[in-house]
Amino acid sequence: MGRVSAALTAAGVRDWLQRFATAVDEHAGELTDLDRPIGDSDHGVNLQRGTHAVLAALDAADPATPGAALVKAGSTLVSTVGGASGPLFGTLLRRTGKALGDADPVDAAALAAGLRAGLDAVTALGGAQVGEATLVDALAPAVEALEAGGSAQEAAGAAERGAASTDDLVARKGRASYLGERGIGHRDPGAVSIALLFAALAGSTAEDGS
Amino acid sequence: MHVPTKLLDDPADAVTDALRGLAAVHPELTVDLEHHVVSRNHDHHGDHRPGKVGLVSGGGSGHEPLHAGFVGLGMLDAAACGAVFTSPVPDQVLAATTAASSGGGVVHVVKNYTGDVLNFQMAAELADDEDIAVETVLVDDDVAVTDSLYTAGRRGTGGTLFVEKVLGAAAEQGMALADVAALGRDVVARSRSFGVALSPCTTPGSDRPGFDLEPGEMELGIGIHGEPGRRRVPVPATGVAREVARVSVAAIADDVPLDGEELLLLVNGMGGTPLLELQVLAGDVVTELTGRGARIARALVGNHVTSLEMAGAMVSVCRATPQLLQLWDAPVRTPALRWGA
Repeated sequence: MGRVSAALTAAGVRDWLQRFATAVDEHAGELTDLDRPIGDSDHGVNLQRGTHAVLAALDAADPATPGAALVKAGSTLVSTVGGASGPLFGTLLRRTGKALGDADPVDAAALAAGLRAGLDAVTALGGAQVGEATLVDALAPAVEALEAGGSAQEAAGAAERGAASTDDLVARKGRASYLGERGIGHRDPGAVSIALLFAALAGSTAEDGS
Repeated sequence: MHVPTKLLDDPADAVTDALRGLAAVHPELTVDLEHHVVSRNHDHHGDHRPGKVGLVSGGGSGHEPLHAGFVGLGMLDAAACGAVFTSPVPDQVLAATTAASSGGGVVHVVKNYTGDVLNFQMAAELADDEDIAVETVLVDDDVAVTDSLYTAGRRGTGGTLFVEKVLGAAAEQGMALADVAALGRDVVARSRSFGVALSPCTTPGSDRPGFDLEPGEMELGIGIHGEPGRRRVPVPATGVAREVARVSVAAIADDVPLDGEELLLLVNGMGGTPLLELQVLAGDVVTELTGRGARIARALVGNHVTSLEMAGAMVSVCRATPQLLQLWDAPVRTPALRWGA
């Protein structure tokens, strides 16, 4: 179940990001609590502001292709979230969308390749590598799972495990890095949000009936 | 039941309402309530000069008077005000850049926080698309961060004030874009800060403080959101100001030589410490600095780069040159800093 090969349409991207927005609403308090000891306790509310703006922007623009929908979603996140999360989450979606081009619908291999382009853009922008307790710790294994032919469900599992792995890491990027060893035992909120993004993708594609 | 302890109308509108208030009492400023951008109203004083390098800064709100309070003659041309403790988005920074542009290019003064760096970087690319030349001066004056290779690097804190004042004067005197930027990088290289928190702060709309600091503890080496630097220690039973002065000046002196230096000094409150206490601290800081062979050329004491109502203070120094002192003394007329104009 949950094969992305169900093929993603523009409406599918809308459904995916609707599920992401719902998950962010449900977990906003948790994300903020995770951000409190290591950041400045606004990750949940900032991301909420962004995902609600994304849904409004998609409804207004009604993009024709999955690529166009992701580009619109990404640029909306950049324009509404602020902090480090806006540029990073926004760049992920925007660059993924650009890599998808005009393809419609998008198959699993193309989505994996698109997300790889998004991941590469995020690491180029933020400079973080796997193991530095950032969202990259969830994003990289999820993209690798899709590249290996795994389902969206498997990618979501990989993201979830990646987010959990940040518990024991010393952050070397972002505001959490100032805690040094004191940051051990804290899960990175950005990595948790990425896990929610892939869980939303799994939920969306699972109901496509593949 | 939630009992309000903050003087707000609606916590969700705190930044907008604050900017509306700023606009109400400062007709010499233009306040864009849509983008949360404050800029100089050039028509008001007829001081608009085509070709003058524009000076733009910005960041999360909650650090008032930084940055909006430093917009005006001899300092910033525009400031982009983000949500509380959240950097502005690229559209806001672009709007500030456009407002500040009169053809001579624009300098972005950016505090080294990941969010600020990324958003200003994206805004600089957007400005380039509109043929506005942008140079960026990254402020990273905070000596509390000792392992910059393994962190996001030294933060931009109190030294930002030195950069904005000196570059504002330089731009006013007609210095060219590349020279203003180079001067800015030199001021950053000459500036060092170290901060201490005695209590956390609570962001508007939140029901608890941003971090836990038990009574009797203080956090040494904070950034401007209370984020940690070096360590947490007990507050001494007596001589608290002397101890904060000793630790702060020692941290700075470990990083740069102070002996024989002429200093610009900023003893900066974090928002929740009264001026009386800051003056006690200033006396102790001057004793520490002169004891290390430095001379205080100019000093400012007060709340300039704050963290909402956080109690605590930050010591910032800039090792001056005759040129820097001349630019520091040049006229400035802004809501929060004014002399000679």
